[in-house]
Amino acid sequence: MAAPLPTGSQRDLSLFVRPGEAGGDAMDLAVGGIKCAGCMAAIEKGLGQEPGIVSARVNLASKRLTVEWRAGMLTPDRIIERLDELGFRAHPFSPRKLDSEEAIEERKLLRCLGVAAFGAMNIMLLSVSVWSGNFSDITPETRDFFHWLSALIALPTAAYAGRPFYESALKALRVGAVNMDVPITLGVVLALGISVVETWQHAEHAYFDSAVMLLFFLLIGRYLDQSVRRRTRDVASNLAALRADTATRIAPDGSIVEVPVEAIDPGDLVLASPGQRIAVDGLVDGGESEVDQSLITGETRHVAVAKGANVYAGTLNLTGQIRIRVTKAEHGTLLAEIERLLTGAVEGRAKYVRLADRAARLYAPVVHTTAALTFIGWMLAGLAWKPSLLIAITVLIITCPCALALAIPAVQVVATQALFRRSVLLHAPDALERLADVDTVVFDKTGTLTLPQPVLVNGSGLDPGIVTAAGRLAEASRHPLAQAVAEAAGKPAPAAGAREVAGAGIEAEIGGIPARLGSLAFCDAGVEGSRLAALYPDASFIAYRQGETVAVFAVEQVLREDAKATVAALRAAGLRLLILSGDRSEAVMRAADTLGIADRTGDLKPADKIARLEALAAEGRKVLMVGDGLNDAPSLAAAHVSLSPVTAVHLAQAAADGVFLGDALKPVSDSVRTARIARKVMAQNLWLAAVYNLIAVPLAIAGFVTPLIAALAMSGSSILVTLNALSARR
Amino acid sequence: MNVLVYLVPLALLLGLTGLVAFLWSLHTRQFDDLEGAGWRAISDDDIEPRT
Repeated sequence: MAAPLPTGSQRDLSLFVRPGEAGGDAMDLAVGGIKCAGCMAAIEKGLGQEPGIVSARVNLASKRLTVEWRAGMLTPDRIIERLDELGFRAHPFSPRKLDSEEAIEERKLLRCLGVAAFGAMNIMLLSVSVWSGNFSDITPETRDFFHWLSALIALPTAAYAGRPFYESALKALRVGAVNMDVPITLGVVLALGISVVETWQHAEHAYFDSAVMLLFFLLIGRYLDQSVRRRTRDVASNLAALRADTATRIAPDGSIVEVPVEAIDPGDLVLASPGQRIAVDGLVDGGESEVDQSLITGETRHVAVAKGANVYAGTLNLTGQIRIRVTKAEHGTLLAEIERLLTGAVEGRAKYVRLADRAARLYAPVVHTTAALTFIGWMLAGLAWKPSLLIAITVLIITCPCALALAIPAVQVVATQALFRRSVLLHAPDALERLADVDTVVFDKTGTLTLPQPVLVNGSGLDPGIVTAAGRLAEASRHPLAQAVAEAAGKPAPAAGAREVAGAGIEAEIGGIPARLGSLAFCDAGVEGSRLAALYPDASFIAYRQGETVAVFAVEQVLREDAKATVAALRAAGLRLLILSGDRSEAVMRAADTLGIADRTGDLKPADKIARLEALAAEGRKVLMVGDGLNDAPSLAAAHVSLSPVTAVHLAQAAADGVFLGDALKPVSDSVRTARIARKVMAQNLWLAAVYNLIAVPLAIAGFVTPLIAALAMSGSSILVTLNALSARR
Repeated sequence: MNVLVYLVPLALLLGLTGLVAFLWSLHTRQFDDLEGAGWRAISDDDIEPRT
């Protein structure tokens, strides 16, 4: 193998540095491994002792760290090194990623919530006095005074705290649609309007409390929804940052610097060492190597590349050092093809109408017609137009969808959090509802059903002493086959004086006898190799020789440990299962047979996968696509809903609706199960809200509803649906 | 009923003080890390060890 990473290379992280609050340089980092308050104290203290650090503050909720230091006294690299010494892996965030739209939206909702809480409390204080006074001896003057005071609080409060609803309602109306915020807005505005008129005329009742309380309850729901979503996204972007994608750039003057991938531009020259993941798309400019493209095509066999060949970000460089000229996705390359398919898939995806909006579409016309009919009915019955209008408006107020608007977000919050605990991060807001629809699951094979790293499969038939010796040699290499051997040997201490032989393997002396680990030819183990090849048709081989002792290791991608159990659970849930893979058909067949999946196809190109998905959709199937490769990205976007493992390439993760962590496949069956429970509870909640309306509306039409009854009914039904939502936690 | 003349504005004032305090704490980002803040309160790192 070629020379190791050139020495003297340094990391340039200046892209991540921003001016700090105390006038120094600052940086925000995602930190892996923070579990408790102890870690927080360890990091803050440990960094605090470093000279030059002005401040270090950990955010325990988002597992992030903000460090500020006196400019010039430290390099960002040193800070990461120091964190590494403390036992934490960290990688900086670019500043623009930090203050996400979600965080801003969440703070806005929290401000509105605070204002609404203040308004609701103070108006309630006055309202309770009026209600009890109406039964005893309140004077009309005092009542008017209280009502005016309520108006003084309610109008500005509603104007401020109701903005999230008004804005969303206006946006929907502008495109000619109706969402849940339209009846909410209408209810609030009408309740406030009628109350001002009533107060003006010294009436006994005013609905200021109802209007503000409605906003208060709904804002709690919105805020929780937003904060769960932001938390999920925080964790997802921490994981992305911790992958620490860096590239080794060769500057025009020949110097070599490691920079974050974000700092690489098309036209730059990048160096990829053996065993390193290639971080960019481009053309090979010099050098020869073999590349593992399984993340891109699903193909587990390695591809030889030389000058002029295309290489892709996310692939693994295996045997030689290569220089890569970074290119943009150009016409005709695999990447351009995938981007074209991806755009098509995103546009083609039918706009999903969420349950809440469907309920609103049904609900708004019914309620508004009922109110209009109430008005006409009372007029016909001989009542004057003013009291008739008042009754019609109370119908609107009492039906104002407090419970209805909480029915779905409350379940969403509970279920998303339950999935979060089971290591599924859903980032699309409607992913949960779409997951509940699923009746077909399509798996990719490589990296999805199988573990992303290959492992040693014939270890049990080998002498443990040889495995350990080979492991000591393997530790000196970054080649994935060698890594698998080292892993199987339990990561022993690397052999002293090990040196790599370009394109062949590693040599060292163990116990004074020369030993070799590498290709079959390098170790002269062709006979052994062909014997094993018959036993393990999908494996790659690496051999070890010391004197006359020869061993051949078969290394292969194996199924995730719980793949069988998960597939069984999904089948038990009544789902149709398919495997669509880009890998060779024989390899796909064998994996599918082990899992008992009859419907499998290999050798598929990205466009073929989409065609299969479209055919399934045409049959009326709702497909959950699970995949990790670049070749899966378009199908992930085209499927009804999609998940990808956290080891997936960026483009696939971005196209998927959710990500699952860890080595298990169980999160896939968990998410379908939780989504189905959540859907059931959502339906229950909608029924609860409907029943509430069935009881409350006739009372309102009859003209019996006073503000006290309205307040009780609204809070009662809201609490009921929220409590019921908790049952989605299972 | 004259007592209302003081008590009602007083009640409102108290409520407003609470609101202003909340908005201020939100503005100074004290709500950014609710989990960590709870632990910081009981951390005794800032206490000089007794000799």
